[in-house]
Amino acid sequence: MSIIRQTAADLAAKIHSGELSSVEVTQAHLDRIAEVDSSVHAFLHVNAEGALKAAKAVDDDIAAGKAPASPLAGVPLALKDVFTTKDMPTTCGSKMLEGWRPPYDATLTRKLREAGIVILGKTNMDEFAMGSSTENSAYGPTRNPWDLDRIPGGSGGGSSAALAAFEAPLSIGTDTGGSIRQPGAVTGTVGVKPTYGGVSRYGLVAFSSSLDQGGPCARTVLDAALLHEIIGGHDPLDSTSIDAPVPAVVEAARLGAQGDLTGVRVGVVREFSGDGYAGGVERAFQAAVSQLKALGAEVIEVSCPNFVYALPAYYLIAPSECSSNLARFDAMRYGLRVADDGAHSAEEVMSLTREAGFGAEVKRRIMLGTYALSAGYYDAYYGSAQKVRTLITQDFTKAFEQVDVLVSPTTPTTAFKIGERADDPMAMYLADLCTIPSNLAGNAGMSVPCGLSDEDGLPVGLQIMAPAMADDRMYRVAAAYEAAAGGVIERAPQL
Amino acid sequence: MTTNTVDLVDYDEVLEKFDPVMGLEVHVELHTNTKMFCGCPTTFGGEPNTQVCPTCLGLPGALPVVNKIGVESAIRIGLALNCEIAEWCRFARKNYFYPDQPKNFQTSQYDEPIAFNGYLDVELDDGEIFRVEIERAHMEEDTGKSLHVGGADGRIHGADYSLLDYNRAGVPLIEIVTKTIEGTGERAPEVARAYVTALRDLLRALDVSDVRMDQGSMRCDVNLSLMPKGATVFGTRSETKNVNSLRSVERAVRYEMSRHAGVLLSGGSVVQETRHFDESDGSTRSGRLKETSEDYRYFPEPDLVPVAPSREWVEELRGTLPELPWQMRNRVQKEWNLSDAELRDLVNAGALDLIAATVKAGAPSGEARSWWVAYLTQQANTQGVDLADLAITPAQVARVIALVAAGDLTNKLARQVVDGVLAGEGEPDAVVESRGLKVVSDDGALLAAIDEALAAQPDVADKIRDGKVAAAGAIVGAVMKTTKGQADAKRVRELIIQRCS
Repeated sequence: MSIIRQTAADLAAKIHSGELSSVEVTQAHLDRIAEVDSSVHAFLHVNAEGALKAAKAVDDDIAAGKAPASPLAGVPLALKDVFTTKDMPTTCGSKMLEGWRPPYDATLTRKLREAGIVILGKTNMDEFAMGSSTENSAYGPTRNPWDLDRIPGGSGGGSSAALAAFEAPLSIGTDTGGSIRQPGAVTGTVGVKPTYGGVSRYGLVAFSSSLDQGGPCARTVLDAALLHEIIGGHDPLDSTSIDAPVPAVVEAARLGAQGDLTGVRVGVVREFSGDGYAGGVERAFQAAVSQLKALGAEVIEVSCPNFVYALPAYYLIAPSECSSNLARFDAMRYGLRVADDGAHSAEEVMSLTREAGFGAEVKRRIMLGTYALSAGYYDAYYGSAQKVRTLITQDFTKAFEQVDVLVSPTTPTTAFKIGERADDPMAMYLADLCTIPSNLAGNAGMSVPCGLSDEDGLPVGLQIMAPAMADDRMYRVAAAYEAAAGGVIERAPQL
Repeated sequence: MTTNTVDLVDYDEVLEKFDPVMGLEVHVELHTNTKMFCGCPTTFGGEPNTQVCPTCLGLPGALPVVNKIGVESAIRIGLALNCEIAEWCRFARKNYFYPDQPKNFQTSQYDEPIAFNGYLDVELDDGEIFRVEIERAHMEEDTGKSLHVGGADGRIHGADYSLLDYNRAGVPLIEIVTKTIEGTGERAPEVARAYVTALRDLLRALDVSDVRMDQGSMRCDVNLSLMPKGATVFGTRSETKNVNSLRSVERAVRYEMSRHAGVLLSGGSVVQETRHFDESDGSTRSGRLKETSEDYRYFPEPDLVPVAPSREWVEELRGTLPELPWQMRNRVQKEWNLSDAELRDLVNAGALDLIAATVKAGAPSGEARSWWVAYLTQQANTQGVDLADLAITPAQVARVIALVAAGDLTNKLARQVVDGVLAGEGEPDAVVESRGLKVVSDDGALLAAIDEALAAQPDVADKIRDGKVAAAGAIVGAVMKTTKGQADAKRVRELIIQRCS
């Protein structure tokens, strides 16, 4: 099998045994990027030199007889362009930060480097992670390797498309309302949103601080688990990071892969079906539920009545936080500055820079959030949304008294066409209908490939949700399902 | 913009017709080693933008972590102000755009302050106690500093360009807000000054801040309104910002009372606005208009977890409260045998705490008193600063006193050492060294000088030999002259008498 089609776990084993070098593996992926990224556009920046240097360092260590720095040492990875990197620009898909080189590495970036993971480059995304299609990138959309006329999901479309196009075996995303899971679903890859606080946010350029969560993306459940354990864990620089050991997700994935779910209680969320769900998605999901039963799981239907309010609550909380988080982009210290010609006041420079630097969706959310937090509206909007958030958390708590994990389709439809929803924000927002509740509650959630839709032949995602700090449960179920149903990625068209 | 062409009303007339209502907001910079939400140093006066990191520069992705010492200081201040301490409170974001605000929001506290509902008993000039109720004390971070270059008045409007220094950005601040202060009548300016003074002394005793108003580590905003005698509804207030000395607090209140009265008596209405105090003539001038109250869109800071000080910790901190100023006053009055009037003089001169701190640093109370009320008060008057703002610490004064006691310095030399410290030449010992101010204690050298003087004035020498000891003064003077004043006169006299007997 060619290097680029192998799993991260296999590549790591071969690199560590000396069968392959990290430089070879890295070069193979750089070649693949050179070959296909002009049509996929998963990357905003490729750091060939830096990647090969890092790969060489791993090879040297192995040649010197040193133990690998981590189980994934030497394996290449694509990093979402929302994490700061000292040696590469960090743009967040925005003109506002075009060419900005941060003076510091995000904690996650640092952990990747310390683990000997080779960072190939930075991946495309909706501007400041706001969107579900990667069409909101200021640098042009990413295309879905399954059908180049379709979206790869968003906001982390670049990270998932890079996996589906075999440009990288691993990638990193961030999930505020579904930005890891929904791209995973529509590209036939695995995407994990860990428990909020499970992976440090230090150096993750904030969209919505109380919802943002970095997480692993891969083509297999085990690869995601291996990466999860490397990036997870407490960070004293992030006050909201949880001071507890990372859940044993690798062990859970290995256990699950044995194919036995006897004793595992799986809840099907009643509210996530019906109107708005594509037939092909619903049938693939039902088949997955049957598969879980066949593996020994006990499947019951549960109701989470407040989940229907998750979307409106999210679109008050996330924009509110974003309106404040993005206030710092004011042309004073870094990033874009326009109209600094001596004829404009500081206030005008700030205002004109923000006008020029932010795209339409970012402006829409800043305005929504500014309004929602305004005196006289706060209680009705932000305040009510926080109450809904509490109710959703309570729905989860009740559900998890009955079951170990919850399942649903990851997203109501398969990948839509580029441009199809660009002028209809509400239609776009519906893509995250099923993923948002886990963000609001701070729980864990993941998407695992769930076959292809019988309507359009495109990938469908199975979402598995677990309580906070019980990420291992969903890995077990996902790995069991993956082992039984098989992945879909090999069926992706050749680019 | 309103103009300053309003008629000021005579103070007595103001009081015939109106009652003043005040609210005082004091910002105090804590002197923690590091900033409120990052590990950068907080020292004053560094090269611009050298004490910064991703967090206090508000770089994308950087996150805050609460400084535990900052929280501890806030709780101790709250306890000393007789406040309740919140069992659970959060930080909030105060959103507004300004170039010296790195994130364009200030991490502050809003409706959940760490301390609330307290009071501070304030002693007025005649010894009367006035209780100022405290609404809240909350934690926040300071902004950076803007320097507007060019333009008429050093303000952002009209400037050619502006320079930004973020060294101060993120320095921990405690904002202490009084409840409405009513019923002061004519004593409003005095109450305001006495309150800020008492607060400064309290914070100094707590050792949480440098409380240097001249350096901005303590800043006062004065809210003032007038209501006609007998009215029950408050008038419109003005907010005079950054009043930077105790005297200015008093003057700002007095000026605003006269100005408000002028506006009201001429049939106008007071505009709700921010005003700036002008130290040069004691007036205030219009700043930002506040037609509608600014909308800061506060919401709980999602990057920080709530602060939930355990009751055990709070009690532990209560146990660390030092002797507070009024407790100290009662004690020293007894120990130093002071009359009420003497004590009040020391308090009013701003000397009491300094003397007490000097005593605490090892000096006898008599010497400590004498230094602060005499020589140092003189120096403060010459420099036109408050005694506490002199560039010498009680510890340094105590060291000078110790050097005198040990015979290493005469009083005259000691004053030169103090001058050196005040001139920024370093610690007392360093000044002694660099200025070469050590007492000539080598008897051999003194005797040589004495013999020389006796030889030069044989008639005086004879008088001394005849037992007219008083005549020794002339020889002492001559010896002091040859040793450039660096001899201990008492020792010189002893040696002369020995020599002539």
